[in-house]
Amino acid sequence: MQYLQSSGKVLTKKNINQNLVEMQYAVRGLVPITAERIQKEILNGDTSKPFKEVLYCNIGNPHSVGQKPITFYREVLALVDCPMLLEREGVEKLFKPDVIKRAKELIGLIKGGTGAYSHSQGIEGIRKHVAEFIKGRDGHPAQVGDIFLTNGASSGIQMILTTIIAEPTDAILVPLPQYPIYSALIKLLNGTQVGYSLDESKGWALNIDELMEKIREARVQGAKPKALVLINPGNPVGNCLSYDNLVDLVKLCKAEGLVLLADEVYQENIYADRPFVSLKKVVRDLGPEFSGFEFVSFHSTSKGIIGECGRRGGYMELCGFDPEVQAQIYKLASSGLCSNIDGQVMVDLMIRPPLPGDESYEDFTRERSAIFDSLKRKSIFLHESLNEIAGVSCQPLKGAMYAFPKLDLPPKAIAAAEGAKHAPDTFYALSLLENTGICAVPGSGFDGPNHIRLTFLPAEDKLKTAMSHFRRHHEMFVKKYS
Amino acid sequence: MQLTPDSINPKVLEAQYAVRGALVLRAMQHERALQQKQTLPFNEILYCNIGNPHQLKQKPITFFRQVLALTDYPDLLDMQGCSEVFPADAIARAKDFHKNTPGGTGAYSESQGLRHVRENVAKFIAKRDGVTAYADDIFLTDGASQGVHISIMCLVKNELDGIMIPIPQYPLYTATISLNGGRAVGYYLDESQGWTLDVSELDRALREARNQGTNVRALAVINPGNPTGQCLTEANIRQVVEFCERNNLVILADEVYQANVYGDVPFTSFRKVVTHMKSNVELISYHSVSKGMIGECGRRGGYMELINIDPVVVEQIYKLFSISLCSNIAGQIIVDLMVNPPAKGDPSHDQYEREMKDLFESLKRRSQKLHAALNSMKNITCTEIGGAMYAFPSIHLPPSAVQAAKEAGMTPDTFYAVELLDATGICVVPGSGFRQKQGSFHFRTTFLPSESKMDDVIDKLRKFNQSFMDKYS
Repeated sequence: MQYLQSSGKVLTKKNINQNLVEMQYAVRGLVPITAERIQKEILNGDTSKPFKEVLYCNIGNPHSVGQKPITFYREVLALVDCPMLLEREGVEKLFKPDVIKRAKELIGLIKGGTGAYSHSQGIEGIRKHVAEFIKGRDGHPAQVGDIFLTNGASSGIQMILTTIIAEPTDAILVPLPQYPIYSALIKLLNGTQVGYSLDESKGWALNIDELMEKIREARVQGAKPKALVLINPGNPVGNCLSYDNLVDLVKLCKAEGLVLLADEVYQENIYADRPFVSLKKVVRDLGPEFSGFEFVSFHSTSKGIIGECGRRGGYMELCGFDPEVQAQIYKLASSGLCSNIDGQVMVDLMIRPPLPGDESYEDFTRERSAIFDSLKRKSIFLHESLNEIAGVSCQPLKGAMYAFPKLDLPPKAIAAAEGAKHAPDTFYALSLLENTGICAVPGSGFDGPNHIRLTFLPAEDKLKTAMSHFRRHHEMFVKKYS
Repeated sequence: MQLTPDSINPKVLEAQYAVRGALVLRAMQHERALQQKQTLPFNEILYCNIGNPHQLKQKPITFFRQVLALTDYPDLLDMQGCSEVFPADAIARAKDFHKNTPGGTGAYSESQGLRHVRENVAKFIAKRDGVTAYADDIFLTDGASQGVHISIMCLVKNELDGIMIPIPQYPLYTATISLNGGRAVGYYLDESQGWTLDVSELDRALREARNQGTNVRALAVINPGNPTGQCLTEANIRQVVEFCERNNLVILADEVYQANVYGDVPFTSFRKVVTHMKSNVELISYHSVSKGMIGECGRRGGYMELINIDPVVVEQIYKLFSISLCSNIAGQIIVDLMVNPPAKGDPSHDQYEREMKDLFESLKRRSQKLHAALNSMKNITCTEIGGAMYAFPSIHLPPSAVQAAKEAGMTPDTFYAVELLDATGICVVPGSGFRQKQGSFHFRTTFLPSESKMDDVIDKLRKFNQSFMDKYS
């Protein structure tokens, strides 16, 4: 056996986990890495670029581009993290009564404080609140034992896919375009990805017949479809599924024996007429025939209006699972001990905001509306300004935080991209970055080639400037490669 | 059902993690029964199964929580009266954090972790070991557990790949290796010598594994040991480094208990030895905010340092971090505070030093008391507790107890631990959860309950043990 490679290293790219080597995650891939390098150069005095700073539109990270945290949430968290503050004289001058009340309540639920490992599924009292929230939202009860508090939704998704993928032929159906955590994890876990296309011409609609066809094809090729991922509202595409869409999907998955995985982290980011309908509500509305249907719903404190990405808070609700399988998932959760407690606290705050009559209610509502209204305005602005550019087309942005416009790239550009060994949209995204400082993620990173994903999180004035630079760049790019 | 135990990932089924396993679930059931006012032979569950100090009423370090509050809610910094409530250095620290981190604690950081925190970690390592350390070699993790998960996921590419693990070990290693489909290659620590690590035993384990076709990639070492509590001498560490050099193994050095050292052998890091030996051995070292005196388990904070790893491989490891975006920021802040606490002359320094010292002495006292008490109990022997937070005594079970266990369908030490729980409410972890030499039996108990509670634990344990041993004589 050869133990040492010619480089003299024990670990080399060739002899580590090859699934890891093949796996990609574009949201923090080549273009953002290049952007970081450029930002560093600018900070070190490089003035050669035609811009003064990088504008990061690659990732849904609201607080990093100026969105403010919700005051009430931070007030409560500070008291929960530093309970000795509650004993100080004059604490009522610094914090409103409802803040103090909520902090005391949470402290009572958290045995040992925020520095102790909790139950591996998360603090029971918080899980109870999550169950109540779900019931209030959907009109159907939720069980505390079915809820897991996780380090972001990402961690829950990883646990579930790790459990489901038993063999390389196990297939997970993923929407195309998708949020690439799914493709990355499926690759890492050595499973099979089967894509089902959303129809761009119809606002990224779900096509049940096409989905059925993909399932059949996969089986013919020897794959074993086991689960289907649903991202609603969609990332990167920003669509929202209708109630009927969801009914059709549930019926299909039941008939085909697929576990449904519903990524609903953007449920509070809905700007168009359709209200959010959770998968849970649809399944339970369908009645007792579907009571054993297996599905998981994921939520997070990173998105919505709260935008607390750095907190790594989230939860998942498991429905219809075999108790023995659920016990295995518990075991997985227990080997990481528990998710971080501040993240769990943030989940509690997210689902139990101040109520009318509470002292913080007015400020909270004002902050919330300001953020939401701004996001809505930006969604409309981005959609309109992108569609004004010849060769760029963007579907209505009904939800989430992203625009995913289609780019008509001239053949010469595609050839140049090939020469540079890049996908055409990566080539375009790098050009956009180098010429304007805008960092966006190529659509091929989401399995949506010849597109680009831009967040609309930066402040409105910055976004306006960015859009004019984007337009100018596109026109220049097309001209250059004509 | 679509998902059944037969149809899910078999590696998940194989992975075991006893620290929160069957015995703890049973303890939780008893706790619910007590809450429902049922009568049991005890009034409360004493959780001695897990290193979770704050849950057992250990207090957090004041300064850390003050800084955390100010980073959680930065508006406090601008409020009148802030400087009356918070010491100046906590305020300065929080202001500094905000200057370096414009998005605050709610934004994803770069996937490797905040640069300014990593720079402080590098300074800490440099100071501790007398070496040069770089922020780029450091990754901030959600607890050391995440660092271990990622390292093993990277190392294990197929079912022939093996990782050497100490027996007894902290079961995160076997669980993670199982989950990734690799092979755990056990090397026995020598209980008769106080759980020392013998290179000839490393040779034996490696040789046997290779004969079975295992491609042994790495050696995991836990120093100070968990559950065994020993500290490796510098000479011992050198031998391990030389062994790994000879055999082209990566070292995974779990050093989360480095601040919990009570015996004569001080803590020496693998990093220090590797660098001073000018060795090219590839090393990943893990540290955490969960242990030491600070005990911030719930924060999920930690770091790993990569030494001599091929930069192309580091890029791959980076990718794994990027899919979960970053570790939680509050955890990163506590790492920063851990490696860069109040300095002499700072307003909070004296209080910080005092809190740390009191905690340390208390832990040391408890370790010594427990050690002495265990050795005075019938059929129980316990090695010196040189470090960490646990005693791992050996129980010499009479044959009839072993037989009773067999009839109950449990391993003998599980049987003992269940009886202990049912009689006293004390929850420990059976030695089989950590692996042990065939025919030997142990259990792991923490000494984290308060000093007065520990007296209670010891008393109850002594009485139970006496009656158990008498019953099965």
